[in-house]
Amino acid sequence: MVKPTDSVVATENEPLKKMAQVRNLNFYYSGKLALKNINLPVYEKKVTALIGPSGCGKTTLLRSFNRMHDLYPGNRYEGEIWLGDENPRNLLQMDPIEVRMQIGMVFQKPNPFPKSIYENIAYGLRVRGINNRAILDEVVERSLRSAALWDEVKDRLKEPGTALSGGQQQRLCIARALATDPAIILFDEPTSALDPIATVSIENLIVELKDQVTILIVTHNMQQAIRISQFTAFMYLGEIVEYNDTMSIFTKPVEQKTADYVSGRFG
Amino acid sequence: MLEQPLPYSTKLPVALPSRQVRVWRERIIAGILFLAAISSVVTTLVIIYILFAETVIFFEKVMEIHQESLFEALVEFFTSTDWSPLIEPISIGILPLLSGTFTTCFVASCVAIPLGTIAAIYLSEFAPAKARELLKPILEILAGIPTVVYGYFALLVVTPFLQKIILGVQQFFSPGKEPWEYYELPGFNMLGAGIVVGLMVLPYVTSLTEDALQAVPVQLREGSYAMGATRLQTAIKVLMPAAASGIVAAYILGLSRAIGETMIVSVAAGLQPKFTFNPLEGASTTTAFIVSVSLGDLPHGSLEYQSIFAAGIMLFFATLILNVAGYFFSRRYREVY
Repeated sequence: MVKPTDSVVATENEPLKKMAQVRNLNFYYSGKLALKNINLPVYEKKVTALIGPSGCGKTTLLRSFNRMHDLYPGNRYEGEIWLGDENPRNLLQMDPIEVRMQIGMVFQKPNPFPKSIYENIAYGLRVRGINNRAILDEVVERSLRSAALWDEVKDRLKEPGTALSGGQQQRLCIARALATDPAIILFDEPTSALDPIATVSIENLIVELKDQVTILIVTHNMQQAIRISQFTAFMYLGEIVEYNDTMSIFTKPVEQKTADYVSGRFG
Repeated sequence: MLEQPLPYSTKLPVALPSRQVRVWRERIIAGILFLAAISSVVTTLVIIYILFAETVIFFEKVMEIHQESLFEALVEFFTSTDWSPLIEPISIGILPLLSGTFTTCFVASCVAIPLGTIAAIYLSEFAPAKARELLKPILEILAGIPTVVYGYFALLVVTPFLQKIILGVQQFFSPGKEPWEYYELPGFNMLGAGIVVGLMVLPYVTSLTEDALQAVPVQLREGSYAMGATRLQTAIKVLMPAAASGIVAAYILGLSRAIGETMIVSVAAGLQPKFTFNPLEGASTTTAFIVSVSLGDLPHGSLEYQSIFAAGIMLFFATLILNVAGYFFSRRYREVY
């Protein structure tokens, strides 16, 4: 595995802080090994992209971060995922609900709840027992502004979230994830169900959001990884073949497999 | 990848019947299938026709006996609180039968809706796969018990049990009286019958509600869990609203079964038509009236005979409205996703 070059650090004039670190992670779907010895840093306020062909385990790895696999029987983790920089905690040893309160997720298909726009955003706070109207109002507005949706929906917060267009729904889901001020937001191919214009707006949003939150994104689209991410991990058959800053992965890959994939020779 | 389409095999011995034979055979098969499909529709139409025709005769007879117009007969039918088409003076107010049906159904809903909803949430969201595999068939067995068995269960188990509870409560709050000075629940009462009707429709309500919860797309469930919600929060705040119309359909279909339920109320709720909404009293429901009257030797064409159809048509409309509403709701929830 290749260490990230120092060039990124140098150009941005600030030290990199780790928000999470995966160590020797193996994952089993009912006894079948799906992730093999994964090691991956996730840097604070950066976008880290996971790329690779279908079935390579990138979504499986992403869903390990918020313990989504715990919802289904027969799944097993080995290894560690450390969360935080100063007092890191192994999130595989934590209560899954506590983990999910700190790590948000945006899904492939927009999945607004069958509630009003307002209640969609307030949901994360409400499940934490926060029902104070003033706090909710403030968080809803701040989250919608961060997700570049406020101007479009401020006059119809009471309308159902499902009444929005696909791209708006996805931004609503991003706002919903932002509302609880998570350490990391996981994006699972967030634009694959959207049209090109909505895709551009989501990509722009992710680029803006990286100043306030750490982002880990799975994408099928290599151009998208180049446009929005600072670091990229190329996965193949359940392993990370190569990890580096995004420019290096796409311009001077070390591994032959990576070179073949990013040049479109397979995948 | 195929370079070119596969050529037709010429080696297989194919004996196609002549075109004429094939066409006729298909027509005959289609005809038989059509007859099978149409049979239930025809049966329904015939039943509706007979219900209407006999009800018209009922009102004609009433008009003749009372020497009144159709309008007056209809007003009496819907407003009089006395139903005695068998005994002089004849009175044909349907309200006592409807109040009996309404009261037992209300009690049944109070049992079936909360229990059914909770059971469905447990089965759908909480139960491990093994528990579900065990519980679902048991629920289906519950749905297969003959209703007359439920009826005797209501009369011989539930009602004595309720009598003991009611007596015990009274003795607790005003002790020291002689046993006969306390209120005693009548042996035939709508409370016991209603509770058992509720237990009878419980499997339907549970099963349909669970189906509605299961039909909620997995993305919504995962979206809620990803926000840090617990199972109960997910079930109540996301899945129930998402499945709302399906759940309402489940309630309505359960209710329509409760309305049509006959044996339990005939055995346990009493057979005397009485205009009351007090579940502690015994009263005949619409279905129980029909059963009790048709058990006797009814001369064809008598007013008693015709009254069955008048009561039946009310029942028919009640369940028809509920079934249509249930169908409408269940269709709507399928369209949401």
